[in-house]
Amino acid sequence: MKDQVDTPRKPDEVGVPDPFQYMHPVMKANYGNWDWHERPRAGVLRHVAKSGDVIYTVRAGTQRQMDVFTIRTLCDIGDRYADGHVRFTTRSNIEFMVAEEAKVAPLISALELAGFPVGGTGASVSMISHTQGWLHCDIPGTDASGVVKGMMDMLHKEFVQEKMPNRLRITTSCCQINCGGQGDIAVNVQYTKPPKINHDLVANVCERPAVVARCPVAAIRPAMVNGKPSLEVDEKKCVCCGACYPPCPPMQINGEDSTKIAVWVGGKHSNARSKPTFHKLAVANLPNNAPHWPEVKEVVGRIVEAYKSDAQHWERMGEWIERIGWKRFFEMTELAFTKHHLDTWTGARGSMNMSAHVHF
Amino acid sequence: MKDDDVQDADRKIHPTPQLDQLEDGPWPSFVTGLKRLRDEGAPNNQKMMNDLLGQLNHSYENRTGYWKGGTVSVFGYGGGIIPRFSEVADKFPESKEFHTLRVMPPAGYHYTTDILRQLCDIWERHGSGLVAFHGQSGDIMFQGCTSENTQKAFDEFNEIGFDLGGAGPALRTSMSCVGHARCEQSCYDEVRAHRSIINKLLDEMHRPALPYKFKFKFSGCANDCVNAIHRADFAVIGTWRDDIKIDQEKVKEHIKEKGRRYTTDTVLKMCPTRAISLNDDDTLEIDNKSCVRCMHCINVMTKALSPGDDRGVSIMIGGKRALKIGDLMGIMIKPFMKLETDEDFEELEDFAERVVEFFADNALEHERVGETIDRIGLPAFLEALEIDVDPNMVNHPRTSCYVRTDDFDEEAAKWFERKAAEKSAGAAAE
Repeated sequence: MKDQVDTPRKPDEVGVPDPFQYMHPVMKANYGNWDWHERPRAGVLRHVAKSGDVIYTVRAGTQRQMDVFTIRTLCDIGDRYADGHVRFTTRSNIEFMVAEEAKVAPLISALELAGFPVGGTGASVSMISHTQGWLHCDIPGTDASGVVKGMMDMLHKEFVQEKMPNRLRITTSCCQINCGGQGDIAVNVQYTKPPKINHDLVANVCERPAVVARCPVAAIRPAMVNGKPSLEVDEKKCVCCGACYPPCPPMQINGEDSTKIAVWVGGKHSNARSKPTFHKLAVANLPNNAPHWPEVKEVVGRIVEAYKSDAQHWERMGEWIERIGWKRFFEMTELAFTKHHLDTWTGARGSMNMSAHVHF
Repeated sequence: MKDDDVQDADRKIHPTPQLDQLEDGPWPSFVTGLKRLRDEGAPNNQKMMNDLLGQLNHSYENRTGYWKGGTVSVFGYGGGIIPRFSEVADKFPESKEFHTLRVMPPAGYHYTTDILRQLCDIWERHGSGLVAFHGQSGDIMFQGCTSENTQKAFDEFNEIGFDLGGAGPALRTSMSCVGHARCEQSCYDEVRAHRSIINKLLDEMHRPALPYKFKFKFSGCANDCVNAIHRADFAVIGTWRDDIKIDQEKVKEHIKEKGRRYTTDTVLKMCPTRAISLNDDDTLEIDNKSCVRCMHCINVMTKALSPGDDRGVSIMIGGKRALKIGDLMGIMIKPFMKLETDEDFEELEDFAERVVEFFADNALEHERVGETIDRIGLPAFLEALEIDVDPNMVNHPRTSCYVRTDDFDEEAAKWFERKAAEKSAGAAAE
């Protein structure tokens, strides 16, 4: 600590950096004046400006959690085969922009040679948006990076081609807070047991009224346990969401008997055609089986195949299921429909079928 | 960067049998990258990554996380660092402190290779060498820093024009789509909206004092590529008021190339409001009064169709995930705000500021603004922000009769007054 200066440097509150200093000159010159686009092949976009200028984008998958060597390799490719300008997509794909068509093929070769799959555009399975997991999170039930690596290995061919009915967006989250977000398929930790409380620590570690307030079902109340102020959980009310664990780590929600994985389907961000939707439960209680999560991969693979084989062009996962009906979805994916698929939360009634419309 | 002289000769490499299994397969492996930092990284990166890999493998074996939070910040700021202290530091001491610096990326995620290299060089010197582009909040996540080096790393990032993002109960880092920079579907200047709102409210990011997190996200059209409606407290979505632009020659070319049946199935039948007709001469006709600007037909016919010229934004408020009352999407609060002139942008900034102020003043602790709206009711929220009620805010009017309506006539009079004002303003414009 001795090398810290006595008068620390005051931050320069620059805020969000100006992107124009980094933007490809063709994009800068035609900012706000683009005309149309097409995709000459999977992983390549061709945008044409009103001025007649053209920019090619080559999109490649990354591991998101990148070491400086990987980033420098991408930079070397960007300098040698592209124009030195890159951007990232919301799903951690990297994009290289080039103004000349002749640069596209060598750029693709260089990326593929260095192990970066080119694709993720249009009706493909793009990179899985995911969370930090055991690598960095303080409350993780699993390691999203590992789950994602296994699933993207499996779905690699669907990343590098555009053979799905529409885009398929997968997300992964290491706890029920679901930082990975909504997805056509969401692979999320789902706890199955109430928290296990270390009563010796609660009073010192947790701000008890705040923890009581966090519970969505009012199942936590203050209690004296072994002569110490602590908290107790009404296990009949508890929905095992894990919301008490971040503010109170002695209320351990993770455990081999508790940390399971659920797969959800039919979430959609876009407003195209149907309104945005939340994902819905397909299956719960899959084992948290590191390092390969084979049971999770198997279920996701089945859902992807069913969607691919049966959905119409431009139908997203949720739109496909809405057309064929949930009965057919559970049949095609050979998953069980159980009482746990019936929503019991606020607004649940809106998810029930209050009509004579029935799929046979 | 490899410097064998300073490498500890008898340094023990932790075996990582679990992680080793994640190096095969066609997708790039994060494990391979971590190992490269361990084996070839700068000396400080090597030590830290060896123990980090040891701890991560330990997590894979026991299926348990071993990080706990704490308090670490840089001089002058209260947020932006995610502190992580290892609970198994006795086994893996070199990664006992493994904090993340959340750093705001340029709007739209544009970089030059040169600036990426500068960021890497700083992080190699002061951190672990591990970076995520980007975290789910939109930040560049520089992962793996000791408490001591946090200030040094920040100072150097800051000196080349980067600033810390949000964490905790604060304004969070925002994201915007590629938008105007490359996309013809973009309906407003996302970079300007993003930077002007966030930079105006920056104090709320750097000195966390809100009831809970508050997120802005900016999408140029209803395709919502940054997932704003689901994930943002304040979603800014591009749209337009006039007619979709049709190039009928390009329509004919599309039909010639793709076929009439395909066009009917994928464009006409999929229009959510049945607003499109195909004429006998293979031209399209769109009932723009019924169109909801969903973007589908424009997505399919990228050459023939494009958004109209009278562009602006819709504002949707209250999106968030499950905690605490359940998932909420943003509610349509401002169906249209023009966003072209300096005055338009000032109006948007002012509105954003008022919503954040309302949130600061009225939300309960750990409550998101969508939950506040649910708790107090949308009419109270609209009244507080002086927003006129609009049929675009609802799927349909109320079905419950449990409401007191004795001032219905006064409310109706306001509606007719507004309608009359709109009509005369429209007439004046013509």
